[in-house]
Amino acid sequence: MSTDILATVAFDDQGYLQNPADWTPELAEALAAQEGIQLTEKHWQVIRFCRAKAAETGKSPTLRQISLGTGIPTKELFQLFPKGPAKRVARIAGLKKPEGCI
Amino acid sequence: MSHEENRHMAFICSKGNLDMAYPALIMGWAALGNGVDVTIFFTFWGLDIIRKKYMDKLQLPPVGVAGMRTGMMGVPFDVGIPQIMGVLPGMTAVATALMRKKMAELEVPPISEFLQMLQDAGARLYACKMTVDMMGLTREDFMDGVEIVTAGDFIDMTEGAQIVFI
Repeated sequence: MSTDILATVAFDDQGYLQNPADWTPELAEALAAQEGIQLTEKHWQVIRFCRAKAAETGKSPTLRQISLGTGIPTKELFQLFPKGPAKRVARIAGLKKPEGCI
Repeated sequence: MSHEENRHMAFICSKGNLDMAYPALIMGWAALGNGVDVTIFFTFWGLDIIRKKYMDKLQLPPVGVAGMRTGMMGVPFDVGIPQIMGVLPGMTAVATALMRKKMAELEVPPISEFLQMLQDAGARLYACKMTVDMMGLTREDFMDGVEIVTAGDFIDMTEGAQIVFI
């Protein structure tokens, strides 16, 4: 089921959504499932923050910006989105690859 | 993805000047953000980076730093600062304050906060036992989470890792 929705949209070679307009909450669920993540309300809190921040600045937020902005500690972000929260959230939230180093 | 072991990077911090503290922290943070395991080993002057008393008081003495030019201070002429100026009283404080300001502008956190972020993200921090003994320090001199290990232990723990010496 989830694979169907992923087949309908285009991704770049690093797995980021090519056309931001293709993003839907269902797509996020499918992308997360693909990475082995079951989205909870806490995950959605992060996703919503990142999408709002990206809409405001034009850039995907860095990990530190996510932590400061959501109030969710670094440790928890790494539990929610293991192995690189900033990049993972950006992919699931249909955003561009984060550029900042911090 | 693959059945291979996770990529692992180990940084050795041997210098304790402010400008030599950031490379490992920034690269280590980037590595963690890419899902890479990170170990940082602090030895010799690098121990200052994890010493509670000094970690947020690291300095940048301008003598011998050819890259410090006037352009960094917002002056339109980007010319070198004569080395002799660097030995004048107060110049280290000026250079240090300038670098701190520049880093803060880039949203780089102070050393103590940065190291806590790294630990929270899963980095392991170790102090070199021989240097700790040489300097007459104890576990209490270091920030929480730092473990004192021998060079041999470090070599064991970083088997297969990519090593970066700073």
